Amino acid sequence: MSRPYTPKVVTANRLREGDVVYLTADDRWTPHHHEAELIVDEAHAQMRLLHAAAQKLLVVGAYLADAKPGAKGPEPVHFREAFRTRGPSNYDHGKQADLRA
Amino acid sequence: MYSYSDFDEAFVRSRVAQFTQQVERRLDGSLTEDEFRPLRLMNGLYLQLHAYMLRVAIPYGTLSPHQMRQLAYIADTWDKGYGHFTTRQNIQFNWPKLPDVPAILSALADVEMHAIQTSGNCVRNVTADHFAGAAADEIEDPRPYAELLRQWSTDHPEFQFLPRKFKIAITGAPNDRAVTKAHDIGLRMHRNAAGEPGFEVMVGGGLGRTPMIGHTVRDFLPVADLLPYVEAVLSVYNTLGRRDNKYKARIKITVHETGVEEITRMVEERFAELRPLFGGADQALLEDIRAAFAPPAFRNAPIDAYDAFYKADPSFRAWADTNLAQHRNDQYAIVTISIKAHGETPGDATSEQMRVMADLAERYGHGDLRISHEQNVILPHVHKSDLPTLHAALVQVGLGTANVGLISDIIACPGMDYCALATARSIPIATQIATRFDELKLEHEIGPLKIKISGCINACGHHHVGHIGILGLDRAGVENYQITLGGDGTETAVIGDKTGPGFAYDEIVPAIERIVRAYLNLRSEAAETFLQTFRRLGMEPFKAALYDGAGERDAA
Repeated sequence: MSRPYTPKVVTANRLREGDVVYLTADDRWTPHHHEAELIVDEAHAQMRLLHAAAQKLLVVGAYLADAKPGAKGPEPVHFREAFRTRGPSNYDHGKQADLRA
Repeated sequence: MYSYSDFDEAFVRSRVAQFTQQVERRLDGSLTEDEFRPLRLMNGLYLQLHAYMLRVAIPYGTLSPHQMRQLAYIADTWDKGYGHFTTRQNIQFNWPKLPDVPAILSALADVEMHAIQTSGNCVRNVTADHFAGAAADEIEDPRPYAELLRQWSTDHPEFQFLPRKFKIAITGAPNDRAVTKAHDIGLRMHRNAAGEPGFEVMVGGGLGRTPMIGHTVRDFLPVADLLPYVEAVLSVYNTLGRRDNKYKARIKITVHETGVEEITRMVEERFAELRPLFGGADQALLEDIRAAFAPPAFRNAPIDAYDAFYKADPSFRAWADTNLAQHRNDQYAIVTISIKAHGETPGDATSEQMRVMADLAERYGHGDLRISHEQNVILPHVHKSDLPTLHAALVQVGLGTANVGLISDIIACPGMDYCALATARSIPIATQIATRFDELKLEHEIGPLKIKISGCINACGHHHVGHIGILGLDRAGVENYQITLGGDGTETAVIGDKTGPGFAYDEIVPAIERIVRAYLNLRSEAAETFLQTFRRLGMEPFKAALYDGAGERDAA
């Protein structure tokens, strides 16, 4: 039996600003991890990644990141991805500040 | 200070113009990211974890007040009001937006600065002793040679696509403050029997995943042979260096695999070919450059005020004891401004702090500023009578911390708070250690102790040469910190030894405290430094304190 597929989200950085964004099920780029499409099928994940990579004027460096279902929506699994949802820990800069404003 | 020639000016301006068009083409879709990426990297622009990052070279760590003010202006106009000084004497801006970068580069060009060759497989910013031209122990100011190397290596057609990046460090003093033994080429000045200055050439040093101390390939190189010899080293490396494996591509691996003797032979052979091709134009240029680095007109004035203040004011005395170094002129001191206030990010300066440092350099420091690889700012020439006033002005903007060379004067790379390559955070570890030992009021009692922290194996935080080195890793999806002890980045350079298993994020600060308390118990006298105690006793007692809970008794 093959191992179960670890769910994924598609993430990238915005071309102009560099901000971390996630691909939603309705093809938007959102700064909120919980709004991302949680992808549970490997073939679908590859299709979504191709779709993301084709948006050359919007985002840079799209990749699939492990995620898990949470109360509000997908949550990051790895601490690196958790940091990417917020920003640095030494200053109130990045998304943790921008999204509150 | 060296001022750009018409050639330098035209070159930098043309690169700004080129990159401006490249950004436009990227934004309108004419260039793909794959096409654009190498172009932006050639101009120091990285894409990091949360944003773009622009790395700006500060050649051999020397800045004028005018340039420092411009960095402050850039921080305020296009970034978040601060800059990060790095271990390579660069400054990094963490939040530029792509469409703004051409304007930033143009603003840099206005003050003879740029971001060229701060990335890519080329010769990077040549670093130098941050006390150059001021230190009492110096044979000669190394910066004219560094500037000669900068001009020679900038856009050098043969060396734009080396197997891997290439870092050169230079010092004019026997006490090595530039970590020359951990560079691809390290240059240390000596005098020969006739009293002439020349360089000991060390090749193949480097930290990163395979740390190595450089090997001396020439004990004494006459200064006039510098360019042909460095060119010979690069030429041999360019031919032999491994392009098949990124992790084996640095010259340290080339030296290791080829052997020091054989590399030396090949370099000498190539040097014999190249030397006659240098017809003296480089030496004429060097003479012009030297004039730009002439020492300032030192003032001759009494220093009684300094002596009186030193006796009377304990906070000034503490600062003077740690942050001043001996100047070659007895009436002067070299001031290190600590950019390491307890709890603050090592190497970060706000735009306001930058402007204050620029003003103070102008008023009290003969208009000279330096950035050290230890992420501090130096005023190399301050008359001792001005020190009390200078100290008071620094204190007002949070720059008066008396901790240079102490446990809270920590080198830390940006780590996973910013860097896309990082495997763990380093900044919060540094701030927590500094805060903890400040609370304990122990750091002056502990004395000289260098902690260096890297957030990944690439070792930008120089952890291998820290007396205590900390390396942040990702162990099964959790941050884990490995400790090394006994490292040394000076003329007696040594790679530190691993203590054993690593520690979790919330365990690392107590672990460091156990090591330091063990040292306080073990040292033979208060004057025996951490490194001396480690060298006398070896790893065992520290390991015991770290892993067995021994040595936890209060040091008092």
